[in-house]
Amino acid sequence: MPDEKQHAAPSPAAELDRRAFFVKMGLGSLCVTAAGTMAFAYGFLSPNVLYEPSPIIDAGKPENFAPDSVTMDVNAGIYLVRTAEGFFALSAVCTHLGCLTTWNQELGIIICPCHGSHFQRTGVKIEGPAPKPLPWLKIWVSDEGDLMVDRSTNIPPMQFLRI
Amino acid sequence: MASKVDEVIEQLRGSRVWRSVFRSGPGDSTLHRALAIQQNIFLHLLSTKVRKRMLSFSATWYLGTLTLGTFFILVITGVLLMLYYHPSTPQAYADMKDLQFVVSSGLFLRNLHRWAAQAMVLLVFAHMFKVFYRGAYRTPREFNWVIGIVLLLVTLLLSYTGYLLPWDQLAFWAITVGSNISSAVPLVGAKIHFLLLGGNQVNANALLRFYVLHCVILPLIAILFIAAHLWRIRKDGGLYVQQTEPKPLVKEESTLPEEEVVQ
Repeated sequence: MPDEKQHAAPSPAAELDRRAFFVKMGLGSLCVTAAGTMAFAYGFLSPNVLYEPSPIIDAGKPENFAPDSVTMDVNAGIYLVRTAEGFFALSAVCTHLGCLTTWNQELGIIICPCHGSHFQRTGVKIEGPAPKPLPWLKIWVSDEGDLMVDRSTNIPPMQFLRI
Repeated sequence: MASKVDEVIEQLRGSRVWRSVFRSGPGDSTLHRALAIQQNIFLHLLSTKVRKRMLSFSATWYLGTLTLGTFFILVITGVLLMLYYHPSTPQAYADMKDLQFVVSSGLFLRNLHRWAAQAMVLLVFAHMFKVFYRGAYRTPREFNWVIGIVLLLVTLLLSYTGYLLPWDQLAFWAITVGSNISSAVPLVGAKIHFLLLGGNQVNANALLRFYVLHCVILPLIAILFIAAHLWRIRKDGGLYVQQTEPKPLVKEESTLPEEEVVQ
């Protein structure tokens, strides 16, 4: 019994310490739970498998493209340009807000219908709100002799594919 | 005859069943009428008493109430449209066309939903201008103005997410452009864009995400904040009346020009 009495009246400082300790434990575990919830939510909301079209396009035989021409693949959103220096592939997706640009044969420039950005056929911006030139895309010739374009890989401009 | 009807209604209001639902009971004293508001789960958010001149058209132009009205129209028509709409890429556009040309009254409901959406955005702005120019956002109503800003954002997001659902060219490019704006956020822009669309392009995942946001998440947020908005009107002293604006507690320092001249 005397022992119990001793336990029943701890010093005020000790009680405060114990309370502060449990408050810290509680807040700490809440923070850990919040961080875990954030990680869980982020993981759940990011799809791990995407059922999107492949970024690699088979553009067909090089001889199908006339010399000094710009050919647009609307579904792929790319231009295939054949110049005297060689072939190159250009993204047709405007660098401003992602609209699909079009090749204007009369003016010989690329025009975005959404906000009026103009580009040269090498992708260099002439005018408009686009912050960057249209990127050059990785292009190569497959074993079957087809032109292949990887839309997910940009290359530095002026790297022509000579065949 | 009229008194007979009143008598029957009074008897009904005094009956055990009625009183088990509506606690306030019969009678039309000020107390009873106040209790009828205070003890109703839906009405208790509102003030039990309103100044008569606050109910005149010129005081508020009823803009807040009209906004709430368009929201109710949107909920009812939206739920009905959901019965015929599948948020999947092969079917969404066809379902929208079916609503227009095949479903009875589908065209009416779809147009009502669309026009009410346009009206709601317009009314929200008109309501905010009215509140701003009357100075009704001032103490103690600052926080209700903040809730109003949240409701403005929720309204715009509801408009934006609903824009994708017809799955036509306008919808596709509008959401392509709109979602690319989120890519401009420093550092995490590309991630936000990816999470918003559930992929790298506006596709089946984006349609489903926008559908869930438009039909479930954003309306729930809107209802929560509308409830808080109405409740705060009562808590902040009812609708704003210019004459009862509280005076500042601390007397202002003598920085007025004429007092400086006297000095």
